[in-house]
Amino acid sequence: MSTNLSTSTEWPLWEVFYQPNDGKPFEHAGSVHAPDAEMALQNARDTYTRRNEGISLWVVPTDQITASSPEDRGPFFDPANDKAYRHPQFYSVPRAVKKRK
Amino acid sequence: METQKQLDEFQIRIDNGEKIEPKDWMPERYRKQLIRIMSQHAHSEIVGMLPEGNWITRAPSLKRKMVLLAKVQDEAGHGLYLYSGTETLGVKRKDLVEDYLYGTAKYSSIFNYPTLTYADICVIGWLVDGAAIVNQTMLAKSSYGPYARANLRICKEESFHKKQGYEMLAKMASGTPDQQKMAQDAVNRWWWPTLMMFGPHDSDSPNSAELIKWGVKTKTNDELRRHFVDRTVMEAEAIGITLPDPDLRYNEETGHWDFGDIPWDEFWSVVKGDGPMNRERIKARRKAYEEGEWVRKAATEYARKKKLKEEKAS
Repeated sequence: MSTNLSTSTEWPLWEVFYQPNDGKPFEHAGSVHAPDAEMALQNARDTYTRRNEGISLWVVPTDQITASSPEDRGPFFDPANDKAYRHPQFYSVPRAVKKRK
Repeated sequence: METQKQLDEFQIRIDNGEKIEPKDWMPERYRKQLIRIMSQHAHSEIVGMLPEGNWITRAPSLKRKMVLLAKVQDEAGHGLYLYSGTETLGVKRKDLVEDYLYGTAKYSSIFNYPTLTYADICVIGWLVDGAAIVNQTMLAKSSYGPYARANLRICKEESFHKKQGYEMLAKMASGTPDQQKMAQDAVNRWWWPTLMMFGPHDSDSPNSAELIKWGVKTKTNDELRRHFVDRTVMEAEAIGITLPDPDLRYNEETGHWDFGDIPWDEFWSVVKGDGPMNRERIKARRKAYEEGEWVRKAATEYARKKKLKEEKAS
């Protein structure tokens, strides 16, 4: 056990997002370690797109992401629940028009 | 402190088939068990590059060399998906890596066997990756979201690994008498260690019940092993390879293949560090890690200076 364990270096963590196809939204793939953004992109390419899984990549420092917390699951998204009028099913349409569809 | 109510609610989520995500509440023991098995899985992928890497410079043709390179690169990728998943549990990759290099963390015993001929490369693809697919297909349904997603990604790539090995072995098994002998010899050496990959029998596997209760795994070691044997018997037959087990026979009643006793003494001795290649593997991994330290340092320093320069310029 010869090594300098306490001083060994770890590069910062980056979250990786990729766009699977033209026009598609970006999806989270996982993370990579890299000293800077340029190398984070290269590492992300080598790790997550070896088979053309993506045509474009984003890398974001992990500590720059703010996420909603699980306890908020209910209350945080609550305002959406009682607004049925946001959905098209809320409205009635004359029968004749409906049939044409 | 964990209350019974929290534990009960957690169990209900699991039983409903919900996925647990990194920030969700989870029992400390669930987190610990996940860190243990996920990092063990990651270490296995990384150490697994060594037996195959051994043959890259001596591949029989340019085509096989390209295939092997791509496969070994995939193994590195698999290791990274899994480390990335494990880090979502609040552990540092550095600590995980150092725990198997200098501490007590394990990796799959299968990689403590040597690769003596190129036929071993065929057999690793067919049997070892075949067994890994059985295991990882189950883990792709794991209750922990990041682990399930990492395994799904792995499974998509793993079938290429198996097929290239099986195809090569089939070719060898129908080649010259020397090639046939080489193919059969490799199967003879890898068969039992492959069956051990699924772990001890259910009766000797203290962690199994808990992992199944929490949906980390959905099948037991013995169930997975049986499934693997069932499908491998046919594949062996199809290419004229004999599996080295005189007790192997079809059981009409169960609809499965019965097989002989697994040499567990050998398994435990390899797990404890006395396999043919344990010392060699750890030595190689430590060397890579320690000799890579200056690269990590230099790149960090380069990034720091570049950032400083950019700040000054603006």
